[in-house]
Amino acid sequence: MAQHTFVLNGARVTVEVADDVRLLWVLRDILGVTGPKYGCGLNVCKSCTSHINGKAFNPCSVPVSKIKETDEITTIEGLPATVGRDLHPMQEAWLEEDVSQCGYCQPGQIMAAVALVRKAKAEGRQITDADLDGLRNICRCGTYSRIRTAIKKGAARM
Amino acid sequence: MAEQRRSPQAPPEDPTRRRFLGYLLAAPTLAVGVTWADAVFGADEAEAAIPSPPQPENLFDLGDLQNLAALPTSGLIGVQVNEDGTASFALHRTEVGQGITTAVAMMIAEELDLPIDKVHITLADARPELLMNQLTGGSNSVRSIFTPVRTASALARQQLRRTAAAQWGVPEGEVTTNDGVLAHRSGRTATYGSLAKAAASDRTVQVSVTLKAVTDFKVLGKPQNRIDAHDIVTGRKRFGLDLQVPDAKPCMVRRPPTINGTVRTVRNAAAVKAMPGITDVAVVKYGVAVRGETFGQCIDGLRALDVDWNPGTVAGESDATVLAKLKQAQLPLVAPALGALSVDAEFTFAFASNAPLEPDNAIADVRSDRAEIWSTLKVPIDAKQDIAVQLGLPADKVVVHVVPGGGSFGRHLFHDVAAEAAEISQKMGKPVKLSWTRTDDFRQGRTHPMCVSRVRATHLLGNVLTYEQRHVSSETSFSHGLGEMITSTAASLPIAGNYSFAQTIFLLTQSVPYDFGVTTQLLNEVPLRFNTGSMRNIYSPNVVCARELVVDRLAAKLGKDPIAFRREFLKDDRLRAVLDEAVAVGQWGRALPKGVAQGIGLHTEYRGAVAVLVEVDCRPETVNRPIRDGVTGPRVTRATVVVDAGLPLNPRGLDAQMIGGLNDGIALALTSSLHIKDGIPLEGSWDNYFYTRQWNTPPDVRVVVMPPTTGNPSGAGEIAVAAAFAAVATAYGRATGTMPTSFPINHSTLSFEPFPLQPSTPASPTDGLDTAF
Ligand code: FES
Ligand code: FES
Repeated sequence: MAQHTFVLNGARVTVEVADDVRLLWVLRDILGVTGPKYGCGLNVCKSCTSHINGKAFNPCSVPVSKIKETDEITTIEGLPATVGRDLHPMQEAWLEEDVSQCGYCQPGQIMAAVALVRKAKAEGRQITDADLDGLRNICRCGTYSRIRTAIKKGAARM
Repeated sequence: MAEQRRSPQAPPEDPTRRRFLGYLLAAPTLAVGVTWADAVFGADEAEAAIPSPPQPENLFDLGDLQNLAALPTSGLIGVQVNEDGTASFALHRTEVGQGITTAVAMMIAEELDLPIDKVHITLADARPELLMNQLTGGSNSVRSIFTPVRTASALARQQLRRTAAAQWGVPEGEVTTNDGVLAHRSGRTATYGSLAKAAASDRTVQVSVTLKAVTDFKVLGKPQNRIDAHDIVTGRKRFGLDLQVPDAKPCMVRRPPTINGTVRTVRNAAAVKAMPGITDVAVVKYGVAVRGETFGQCIDGLRALDVDWNPGTVAGESDATVLAKLKQAQLPLVAPALGALSVDAEFTFAFASNAPLEPDNAIADVRSDRAEIWSTLKVPIDAKQDIAVQLGLPADKVVVHVVPGGGSFGRHLFHDVAAEAAEISQKMGKPVKLSWTRTDDFRQGRTHPMCVSRVRATHLLGNVLTYEQRHVSSETSFSHGLGEMITSTAASLPIAGNYSFAQTIFLLTQSVPYDFGVTTQLLNEVPLRFNTGSMRNIYSPNVVCARELVVDRLAAKLGKDPIAFRREFLKDDRLRAVLDEAVAVGQWGRALPKGVAQGIGLHTEYRGAVAVLVEVDCRPETVNRPIRDGVTGPRVTRATVVVDAGLPLNPRGLDAQMIGGLNDGIALALTSSLHIKDGIPLEGSWDNYFYTRQWNTPPDVRVVVMPPTTGNPSGAGEIAVAAAFAAVATAYGRATGTMPTSFPINHSTLSFEPFPLQPSTPASPTDGLDTAF
């Protein structure tokens, strides 16, 4: 079995697992990092959304062999440390707006929101309603309008 | 000192206020229990006869029936005060996102006078002695818990005050409480924690207490954020799939190409068992289970299996065949009276999935002499008993733990996945963590069945003379114990008699809120063996949508504005008030471009009332806006939801439930349905089953929670769905100039390429890095 090394939430990890196992299962079933959720395994629901080198991606659809030694994977558990705080401003906005219902989609929603805001900022612009419409993350509890409000609030503080 | 029923010995603070009974329990620290029956109806009413005569929903609804079902039980529910100053409560209801744990923590904080962050709520294991008290459904939780939980908390606070008074040698009435601290004007103070032991009882004694008046509430009635929000946003909240039970390795099932198909032969079980990471392969009732080191390897393993299948229970059925059967089974309408004019309409509603985002899952550890199960279960007692029978074990050897769920919408009334996990664990002789795959959830999971609603209303000289609705549905399963509850409770009710459970539920949840003369609503069912169950708001979304569309037609026929018409014919003042508020906040009648229109939907159920006013944009540039692999179509651009929840306990939680119900209603009206073809739904992922997405949700949502109107909280988790569905349907009709008759609007177009039926689960993509942003 092959060894795979990468940086997970700031720490170097090495796992022994077959090349084609998708990263989500390496995180959840082998490393016990359960913030990213399984909702489809098809790159559709987005409840597993995490970051690779700061960009949002879906580990359910990436074989572990495609992750390089230098790649930095951040899950919801590691998000606050990326800004050196107990909570990322987006998480704070989520709490203030009381976005969550069952909560299953929310780690993925927050990780997608952070990436979306970073991308808009890098392009030198504010988040628009069209940006929010483009978020694909499912929330089966239907918290969408609170998500929109929270993203705008979190963006103002990022 | 024991107190007797009906002869309270504590100083009567206000003799007119009702006292509630409970027990100080023998325990190391202060523990209080209440019996359900006494607390639900109060000491004086506990022995009252079942109300009669039972009437349709407006007199006696499903939630009342569930409260009655609770009467004969003797199990205690209790609050405990701990030495660290916290209070704990094991809730016999299931948290699936509806906010029940937060509402209960508020009730305890209120009556115990303790900060809410010092209240710990856990979910109770299956407790057979609670009988049907342990059922989460019918929007009944908050309604039936409100009095018992407050009673237990008030008793705990009373006992703390008595203990402090005795220790300090002062009258009980002079001991005050504030945020978990007892005080006397002499300057003495003590924390609850410091008295938790001293206040404990060494034997069980009965005591009584009065509850706070609603006007004295400091916590209840104020907006409160969820108590599990921090755990959620940090990824710490543990769902079933996140639990680590020793050796409970991942497990998934290869499933048949038709609903409930069975295995004929497996040709390569040994080869699959030898695949990397795979530990076990076993044939089970509806497929072949594969256990392995990771779920990813389980998917590879189940895909590699070579299986022949027997056809399932509805192998020959498709949308068209089911529809034809429903139409044949329709009950007749009465002919219009001579001279009267009539409005006739027929509406079809496609199959829909209640699939929560968290796929169905369960952990099972079955040994030769005992079993332990972890799953999200709304009727855990039923699960425990069934699984014990299935495994051939005594019920007391099966421990069933209830895990918070990532949504439910009715799905977790059933324990299909827990029973399957138990079967697999028994067959493999090892613990398993079973997850259904997303595709399994849509194709083999429970559905809200297809139904047809026919309506005829007659009118003469500006009055509506008759309103008849004939609802015919493919059978909805109530086998999860709600039926059992009704047989045990409602056997003495005249409405039970010849009606089936489904008809009883239908009658208890449906009523027409308008003065439409002779009104009848009847249900008929076609017994097809699809896997069905209640979906959020059960029959109401379909029945109410049909009704509100006909109301719009009647208004048009009588030459009246739809709002003015509703105001004139409404029977219920609470509905009229929410309608008026929605009209004001939603600005009914404001100028809108051609192709954009407003619609209204009203609904009353679970002792609550709701009005939804929406604006739908049906202009081509909106309908055809491009979204990759998504369904766009008409867009609800603005929505106003006004709810009268009787006594709103947590306005912030109510607001959340209204937003959720709104998005469900939008989905049912416009986009989300299952297409049945040759015995199985074609849908296999969220890009096939089009639940509302960000590109469908209204950018402008306003929710108004009305001030208290009654002294009691109404059910809130479901009520908005029906009104929202109706509002979107009526708005769509107005925007397009044609009354829609088939739902969802998008159902006639298959907007996706279905996954192959075999293997039953698609491979996970490998190009996920290409969509990074
Ligand atoms: S689980 Fe990864 S996108 Fe759904
Ligand atoms: S909060 Fe339940 S799925 Fe989003």
